[in-house]
Amino acid sequence: MADETAHAAAGRKAPNYYLVWLYLLVLTIAEVGVAFAAHLPEKLLIVLLLFLAVWKAALVAMYYMHLRFEPPRLVVMVLAPFPLAILITFTVVMMEIR
Amino acid sequence: MSHATTLTSARPMEGMRVYNLKLGMWVFLLSEVMFFSSLIGAYIILRFAHPEQWTEPNEVLNVPLTGFNTFMLICSSVTMVKAFAAIEHGDQAGLRKWLIATIVLGAAFVGIQVFEYIKLAGHGFVPVAATYAAEGGPLYGSTFYTMTGFHGAHVTIGVLALIFTTVKAFRGKYSATDYGGVEIMGLYWHFVDLVWIILFTIVYLI
Repeated sequence: MADETAHAAAGRKAPNYYLVWLYLLVLTIAEVGVAFAAHLPEKLLIVLLLFLAVWKAALVAMYYMHLRFEPPRLVVMVLAPFPLAILITFTVVMMEIR
Repeated sequence: MSHATTLTSARPMEGMRVYNLKLGMWVFLLSEVMFFSSLIGAYIILRFAHPEQWTEPNEVLNVPLTGFNTFMLICSSVTMVKAFAAIEHGDQAGLRKWLIATIVLGAAFVGIQVFEYIKLAGHGFVPVAATYAAEGGPLYGSTFYTMTGFHGAHVTIGVLALIFTTVKAFRGKYSATDYGGVEIMGLYWHFVDLVWIILFTIVYLI
């Protein structure tokens, strides 16, 4: 905890949690809107929805879970599982759709 | 001889620079990431392999209601982080108020999920292939209930943990210099919200 209080004392300003909430609300509405805009090509729809979802998840992780203000090595640790998970899923999907 | 001197004069390895409670919770959350990404990965693979067993969004599932549910869970994340911000500044009353708000919103989320499950089962959308009677195919039901069910279980456990944290808060166990317990509770709760953000998109919107 000593490290934490030292950091806080260094003048770290708390993020505007309500502003982040507003972003999340707008992104959620955008997502539901995009999902019902069925006239778009399917691939574009999926990419757009996933992009919006990842953006929301990143906002929660960076500001509510304070990752933006944590030591970088913790952020590296958090991001570590994803390349392998994506790689495995992508590989098996490619195998299945052949 | 030279090896020994190198060992004793070596600098000790630096740590993660966060306190143990927080590091422990993060490592646990990463194991949960592995768990949920295996479920989501399996879902993606199954859906690509048998796309005929799924329907368009909103044909079987209630997307607007679940959209509202998603919004409620996001609001509960805000109340949770406000509780953390309160105790960071030693505001005991604020901590209690925001923690109770988080419990109410979290419990409401689970309540609406259960209500949705009951409605879906009533229309024949069930996890078991033998009694499956809705649009699409049995894979739809089993993957849906597996993913949302595990997530719902995580939210329920989170609500129970929140109740425990709130009781501690009412007993004055947290302060401006000792709020690790609230912070790690917040981490777990935000993680549950984060997983739902991904799940909602993949299961209800795509």
